[in-house]
Amino acid sequence: MSADFLYLVEVILNGLMAGVMYSLVALGFVLIFKASGIFNYAQGVMALFAALTLVGIQTGQVPFAHLINAIFGTNVHHFGWQVPTVLAIALTVGVMVLFAILVERYVLHHLVNQEPIILFMATIGLAYFMEGFGDIMWGSDIKTLDVGLPSGGSRWLEDYTLGWAAEGERYYGMYLDKLDMVASLVAIVLVVSLTIFSQYTKTGRALRAVADDHQAALSVGISLRTIWVIVWAIAGFVALVAGIMWGAKSGVQFSLSLIALKALPVLMLGGFTSIPGAIIGGLIIGVGEKVFEYSIGPLIGGATENWFAYVLALMFLVFRPQGLFGEKIIERV
Amino acid sequence: MKFTKLATVALTTIAVSVPVAADLVFPSLSYRTGPYAAGGTPVADGYADYFTLLNERDGGIQGIKTSVPECETGYNTAKGVECYESTKGLGALVYQPLSTGITYQLIPKAAADDIPLLTTGYGRTSAANGSVFSHAFNFPANYWAGASRIINRIKHENGGDIADRNIALLYHNSGYGKEPIPTLKALAEKEGYNLTLIPVDHPGQEQKSQWLQIRRERPDNIIIYGWGVMNQVALKEAANIRYPMDQMIGIWWSGTENDVLEGMASDGYKAATYHAVGNDFPVFDDINEYVVKRGLTAGDGSNVGTPLYNRGLYAAALAAEAARTAQKMHKTANINSGMMRDGLENLVITEEVMTRLGMAGFGPSFSVSCENHGGPGSVGIQQWDASAREWKMIDGFEAPDMDVILPLINADAEAYAAENNIAPRDC
Repeated sequence: MSADFLYLVEVILNGLMAGVMYSLVALGFVLIFKASGIFNYAQGVMALFAALTLVGIQTGQVPFAHLINAIFGTNVHHFGWQVPTVLAIALTVGVMVLFAILVERYVLHHLVNQEPIILFMATIGLAYFMEGFGDIMWGSDIKTLDVGLPSGGSRWLEDYTLGWAAEGERYYGMYLDKLDMVASLVAIVLVVSLTIFSQYTKTGRALRAVADDHQAALSVGISLRTIWVIVWAIAGFVALVAGIMWGAKSGVQFSLSLIALKALPVLMLGGFTSIPGAIIGGLIIGVGEKVFEYSIGPLIGGATENWFAYVLALMFLVFRPQGLFGEKIIERV
Repeated sequence: MKFTKLATVALTTIAVSVPVAADLVFPSLSYRTGPYAAGGTPVADGYADYFTLLNERDGGIQGIKTSVPECETGYNTAKGVECYESTKGLGALVYQPLSTGITYQLIPKAAADDIPLLTTGYGRTSAANGSVFSHAFNFPANYWAGASRIINRIKHENGGDIADRNIALLYHNSGYGKEPIPTLKALAEKEGYNLTLIPVDHPGQEQKSQWLQIRRERPDNIIIYGWGVMNQVALKEAANIRYPMDQMIGIWWSGTENDVLEGMASDGYKAATYHAVGNDFPVFDDINEYVVKRGLTAGDGSNVGTPLYNRGLYAAALAAEAARTAQKMHKTANINSGMMRDGLENLVITEEVMTRLGMAGFGPSFSVSCENHGGPGSVGIQQWDASAREWKMIDGFEAPDMDVILPLINADAEAYAAENNIAPRDC
């Protein structure tokens, strides 16, 4: 095979993996939108907050240390212990559930049956609040996230594919990041679990009923408060998974909240209400932007990925305004 | 009764937030929040701590206390301009915007307001031309000087010949990241190396395409002009594809503790710097005694001596020395921003001055003049020692290739003057 062809395959495979990483973020948006009709602006910050909390618990960091030290003149930073990863993840999930309860009680509870734009604006406020709260709680320094995930290219794959190129061509073997492979497996498990939960469980059906009409759902005995807590808790868990995967790449720092930007074209393309759509949308965006960058990028100065993802999504929207898998909106007069 | 209470609260708030009228005011446009907070916080801490040291140890500058009103920009240009507008009325002597984007916006405003800008190691490179940029200063080094110094280092490592060598520039796709391109292109023509430009979009969290390209093309050296998360991801991806770390050199904004990886993965990575690293200088003893021990640090004191803290401290020290120069020139301790501009333009930093400041060898000796607002552009090289977990200076401060840089600076400054109808001063 020619090296150029193999490089293209490598770009496509890495695009698929990158797409999965985008999908992990998009899933959180879909869950909340699907169940409550809210576009959760705070989803990226939730991923950041979850990752900060995980590292903080894992490394025995004293929460609000700066505040405590400033008020009491102390100098405390760490408890001096390390919490095992599994326990730290479990505790972080607990924090995200608590967060969901607080959001329902102090934000959403007061906005039942309000216009979607009001709920959207509430999540903007929530995002800024959480970002500041996360800063005060855990500090703004860059934290290393180590939950035992592998990293680096697969040496086995590189060696195995080294001889695939025609003789004399410059080829160094196929490169795939082990972290991306793990992320793909995790995403598959998440999507299958969430789809089953949403389609085949009583709670899942209740979630969808709430999304269709708050008041109608209430009238048939569905507890809106419980449903909202459940869905925000699940979105918090998904945010934690996204935070772990992205945080393992770059360290946990406040730019992590910007990963939400990578999820928007995925949502536009896949639809805001489809869990499989988030994955398929992510894969299309991932492959599309990587192949475009590989083939056209060098001709126009590179750095095409950010904008091309949106162009690609818009092209799909022309033909499918509700996204590839979104529910068709039928308004009866 | 209610009105009286409100008035008391309002007056108290004003009293604590506005500096005393006679203070020497050095506003700090900092970013302790947002995606680049991890980089902005130590710089702001170093900047504030140095002025606290002057107040505590010396009673200010020539007996006048200093104040550092801080305004949060979030590394956002619009917010930075708002900060400038909201603090200039406090009697600001000089602004250090800590952002190239904000600097570009403030250059015309500051000139109109007769307030100088000092952009140490960032900002508009051609501001080194003092005849066009009367109120902007970018000593002791700028991005073009950094680029030239990095090329000289690569040359030094390759026996003085880099003809036909493949060098890639991995850069933040912003005004800042694009700054070195003209210099690197001009140097490529002179030295004969092949330059590949690889942009990374903000914020740089995802760089798979760029590193697949690097893996395919295998450049001999990579120069990095990154900031924030872009740096951490770049080094992580480099380690993933097993690119040799000692063949990578970053500009100073890509050369901090934040940027290198845990363990030995970043061992040997190099970066340009215009100031020393570590805390083995007498000034840090004073910082410890007068600021840290008294609980007056702007942060928690944990980042004292790190590259970014030192950068903020150095920027403050240069501003303070310029204020001292202005006080001498105008024979008054109560200087205004116009006098401060004169102080910056006549600043002379010698080894004696640095020794007096407790910073001997911390930065290069240089002088500023009407025509040269950028100093000599002397830059050193540091290298990350992963086993010791510290940056080490491996190459002292050396002047860049001014034969190449100066014509570029003058051409850009002249173009700016023509666009903005500025008559260059006769220096």
